[in-house]
Amino acid sequence: MGTHNFNFSEQFEFTGKAKTLSIVGIVLGIAAIAYGFFSGHQERTFANLLLMGYYFACVCMSGSFFLAVQYVAQAGWSAAILRVPQAMAKTLPIASVILIVIAGAGLFLQHDIIEHGQTVTAPYLYKHWATHGLAEKGSEHYDAIIAGKSVFLNIPFFLGRLVIFLGIYSFFAIKFVNLSYNEDLNGGLNSYRTSFKNACIFLVIYGFTTPIFAFDTVMSLEAHWFSTMFGWYNFAAMWVSSLAAISVILILLRRAGYMQWVSNSHLHNLGQLVFGFSIFWTYVWFAQFLLIYYANMPEETVYFYKRFEYYKFWFFLNLAMNFLAPVLLLMDRDNKRTDKKLLFVAIVVLLGHWVDYYQMIMPGAVEDGSNGFGVIEIGTALGFVGLFTFTVLTALSKKPLIAKNHPFLQESLHHQL
Amino acid sequence: MSNIKYILGSFGDPDELMHGIEKLQENNISIYDVYTPMPIHGIEAKLGIKRSRIDIAAFCFGITGTCAAFALIYFCAVIDWKVNIGGKPSFALPDFIPIMFELTVLFCAFGMVLSYYASTHLFPGRAPRVMDLRATDDRFVIAVDAKENAEHTVIDGLLKGAGALEVKYNERKYISYE
Repeated sequence: MGTHNFNFSEQFEFTGKAKTLSIVGIVLGIAAIAYGFFSGHQERTFANLLLMGYYFACVCMSGSFFLAVQYVAQAGWSAAILRVPQAMAKTLPIASVILIVIAGAGLFLQHDIIEHGQTVTAPYLYKHWATHGLAEKGSEHYDAIIAGKSVFLNIPFFLGRLVIFLGIYSFFAIKFVNLSYNEDLNGGLNSYRTSFKNACIFLVIYGFTTPIFAFDTVMSLEAHWFSTMFGWYNFAAMWVSSLAAISVILILLRRAGYMQWVSNSHLHNLGQLVFGFSIFWTYVWFAQFLLIYYANMPEETVYFYKRFEYYKFWFFLNLAMNFLAPVLLLMDRDNKRTDKKLLFVAIVVLLGHWVDYYQMIMPGAVEDGSNGFGVIEIGTALGFVGLFTFTVLTALSKKPLIAKNHPFLQESLHHQL
Repeated sequence: MSNIKYILGSFGDPDELMHGIEKLQENNISIYDVYTPMPIHGIEAKLGIKRSRIDIAAFCFGITGTCAAFALIYFCAVIDWKVNIGGKPSFALPDFIPIMFELTVLFCAFGMVLSYYASTHLFPGRAPRVMDLRATDDRFVIAVDAKENAEHTVIDGLLKGAGALEVKYNERKYISYE
């Protein structure tokens, strides 16, 4: 049992190395994106922007999902660390705008590609369904399958869904954050009760809409192919990467001398969640793979054919980083409680889900042969990591690092596993 | 030589129980065991109880299940009776995984329940043996071995001083439900 002399008005100061490095990251990112656009790799740059924009939005969305889950479960252990997911939730509106801008720009900017020997004017993203004429009878590009899906996959409805989903998530995210700030000022149980109610509503909406969000943003890149598992597969990926991000931020803050009330038991809990949901991710990944492998139908196997033929390294690296690493390294109780080891695994999982998204997005989005791994990929990723760090830490520095009137705060401070 | 085997201090409050444990430990009196109606955080560390090895047992049971499932399917589908399913090779490993997974869980779960029964001397049909019936209800009980710790009056005084509501001297180890 620790001492109880924690300073509850402690605030994070966002200065020094963290600030410099995150700005350097953003600058490198902008440079890499500019390089991508001016060196003739527009399609590949767009795919990378979509990858990182999606990753950024997903991690922040899952931050608010984390908050909602803690409220609905009436969890006590997490009360002392809620400010970190709250900072991520507070960043969600920025991430949403970025993702919508990327998807919108990808849909409206056109370029000429050569398909089956003829020149086609196609958008940079979502060309499998958003190319003009695909769904029109009599057009030379008419595609019966896409025409059948065009009730759902058309540009106004697509962008509308994206805006509405991200808008709802952002609305609830900001609501949770503001309720918690009110609680700091006024105390009492009112904020907690309102958060509980909102969390119930949010979880129902979130549960039904995230699969559609994933279908839209990522799966529709290869619009001929579909998998009903895809939504849950993406949900698992975004949730586990968000948990890993929370762990990394907490461990680094604790090392920098902040939030000394975060004990190894809190890390143990986060480690368990990262471990458990990595296995859940593998379970869903495998469920999708096995059904397609077993049924062996050409229109379904084409997805894995592409990944297995042209992205074999990434395909196996994905499994190694997101399944083998957490299972082998986080199985042991002491490893979850050692901040060095948990930090290492959390970073591996975060990089692993970049690989996961990479092999989800690239084979469908980049078909002009310019795909690969180089300056554009690393630079865009660095840019978004910098942006994430900058926005989340700015949000974190605005308020005290602990929700001092949270009803379960004492339980969390005495949390022991 | 008295026939007293165990001295039981029965507390009404977990904090007082923890206090009583501290008192006894300060006076170098070894505690046989502590019985509580609910789990108490931090009591294992205080009593110096070693971590349960159920996880090692679970791993061994689980890996047995994995191997059993693999052996079964391999014998059936590859050696004994090959069936052509969708033109795939007989030894199609991804197909094996769900069954291997399920048998791992099954062996692991049954194995853990059986090891738990074995280590706690419980088994369906067996009358459970307890040292103090109220430890299953509303009392927190510290048991001290009376043969190893001779100064019974000192123990009595310490337990009562820490807030024990009652101190019992049992001549039998267990009270049975029988």
